[in-house]
Amino acid sequence: MVRPGSFTISTSTTQRLIEVTEMKDEKTQFVSRTVPQQSWTFSNPINAEIRRAADTGIYDIRGGGAKRRVPHFDDLLFLGASISRYPLEGYREKCDTRVTLGTRFAKHPIELDIPITIAGMSFGALSGPTKEALGRGASAAGTSTTTGDGGMTPEERVHSNKLVYQVLPSRYGMNPVDLRRADAIEVVIGQGAKPGGGGMLLGQKISDRVAEMRNLPKGIDQRSACRHPDWTGPDDLEIKILELREITNWEKPIYVKIGGTRPYFDTTLAVKAGADVVVLDGMQGGTAATQDVFIEHVGLPILACIRPAVQALQDMGMHREVQLIVSGGIRTGADVAKAIALGADAVSIGTAAMVALGDNDPKWEKEYQKLGTTSGAYDDWHEGQDPAGITTQNPELEKRMNPVEGGRRLKNYLKVLTLEAQTIARACGKSHLHNLEPEDLCALTMEAAAMARVPLAGTEWYPGKAGF
Amino acid sequence: MQTFDLASEGLRKLNQTLHAQNANTNQTEWNIVNPKGSHAIAVGLDAPISVTVNGSTGYYCAGMNQQADVHIKGSAGPGVAENMISGSVIVDGDASQYAGATGHGGLLVIKGNASSRCGISMKGIDIVVGGNVGHMSAFMAQSGNLVVCGDAGDALGDSLYEARLFVRGKVKSLGADCIEKEMRPEHLKILADLLERAGIDSKPEEFRRYGSARQLYNFHVDNAAAY
Repeated sequence: MVRPGSFTISTSTTQRLIEVTEMKDEKTQFVSRTVPQQSWTFSNPINAEIRRAADTGIYDIRGGGAKRRVPHFDDLLFLGASISRYPLEGYREKCDTRVTLGTRFAKHPIELDIPITIAGMSFGALSGPTKEALGRGASAAGTSTTTGDGGMTPEERVHSNKLVYQVLPSRYGMNPVDLRRADAIEVVIGQGAKPGGGGMLLGQKISDRVAEMRNLPKGIDQRSACRHPDWTGPDDLEIKILELREITNWEKPIYVKIGGTRPYFDTTLAVKAGADVVVLDGMQGGTAATQDVFIEHVGLPILACIRPAVQALQDMGMHREVQLIVSGGIRTGADVAKAIALGADAVSIGTAAMVALGDNDPKWEKEYQKLGTTSGAYDDWHEGQDPAGITTQNPELEKRMNPVEGGRRLKNYLKVLTLEAQTIARACGKSHLHNLEPEDLCALTMEAAAMARVPLAGTEWYPGKAGF
Repeated sequence: MQTFDLASEGLRKLNQTLHAQNANTNQTEWNIVNPKGSHAIAVGLDAPISVTVNGSTGYYCAGMNQQADVHIKGSAGPGVAENMISGSVIVDGDASQYAGATGHGGLLVIKGNASSRCGISMKGIDIVVGGNVGHMSAFMAQSGNLVVCGDAGDALGDSLYEARLFVRGKVKSLGADCIEKEMRPEHLKILADLLERAGIDSKPEEFRRYGSARQLYNFHVDNAAAY
């Protein structure tokens, strides 16, 4: 029963509008009215963005990865063991987690205790203490961390037992000394947040130190190139990798990092070019800063990338010989286990590592609100005002990031991811995380079934499967 | 003088042998024969040695060079002296694309012509080209000097930062935010020194100087059409 003079607002476009009446004349006259109806297409957030664009004349820039809902590891389940499968004793029987990366050509492959690495994040985008914390945490957990656009800092080299050195289009800070000091080299072609785009570091974060490392004037808006300056295609890449191997005497594993776009072909070309390891990043993977429209509308969810990449490796007879690291939205041990079950050799985390260090922590809520946002939603990393002291070059804010405590937190988080993945693997009867396989999985949705190429739960079918 | 036959000894042995030299080496003169356009010749050197390559080279000859003086008696393929840190590289003939790309220091001399994107993203290197350079040369050039004794192709210095560009001949077109600038006495002095070090007999007064207008250093919507 709707009382005259009140409105009931429909929240669904499919729900029939409820007509209400307003008493115009208390005794005799009623006027029919429709309730205010928000547009699905022109929603309040969309309209707010239109107004923001009209006010400023510039696209929205932010950090992080895709925020839209996309099919993800949550849409998969493990089947576990019962009568037809034999589980391992959950707390006592060993479930190995070690992984070796770079076995194809490198004299010194990287051996890690856990198959969870820290993704490339630049000094400049992150504060110096944060880079140190990443190194400390990764080392304590027995894994590697990675430089970023801007070169290698002494603090991250000292505190990282295994450090991967990125070769990016900008070549900021690129030098042969650091190349040789690295444990592996990662040629970055693209990343999941912005495949086809270059990095961005706006003037607020170009401090004296950042400017010096990048040979740039202080305070400018630094926009990195999207293509490498000295090669243009897969044939050139093969020669570039040859040069890097010659400079480092064929000692270092060479990774090739690609954003998730055409994973079958890009993986094929990376392997053809001579990669030891392919790093594949989905659209949920974060960036320090780029256009929101780029983050949300370009690239594939990581769930859609893994099977085509594994298929490419299998078609070349290179699965497990060239290792596959996947990233983009890894949060839990279940995500780790699912990525590995789909064929990855390891995963990489960026955003989750930052959250573990304290990014978007509710304890800074008052400060987030001063910045016009709230904890969990703060993504204006390019502005350099991060209350958590992580995505900043402000000396005062940087002090909030204690690298020793941050390293401890990251180590704990990596340990939990590992324990969780082991729990699942044992339940599936696997004595090594790498023994997980697609057969251990089912999908909760048609989309996830199609992307992961595992059966819809309770069926033996997934879209595209031959014979159905 | 040490002679190394690349055809018989192979690339890996060549680079390992050259990497084994240090500041105290007595083997300071190296002569590489039969390069036959091989890629990655004499890359990653880090010793005060002189290396002569008798013939033309493929991609990335003298890449990431430090301290060494490399003389290519022929033409060079793409990316010669890429990301050079110090030392010198001299090319008697022409150079293909991306010559001196991202170089941080040292001197690259190309006595013939250089193709497109010469000096792309240069970060402190000095490059002297005896002939012409192709399109998009000094794209996003950050610092250092590019001297072109001949003509420059389209979009010279597009989106450059603080690098100095000196051109004696014609410039087909300037890239975004690249403008001609006044040639002051200090620039003539820099240019004269570069020409002398390169062994090129040209008069500094015949050159024009180009550099960044610095209008694109910080994004402004009114400049959107320039991107």
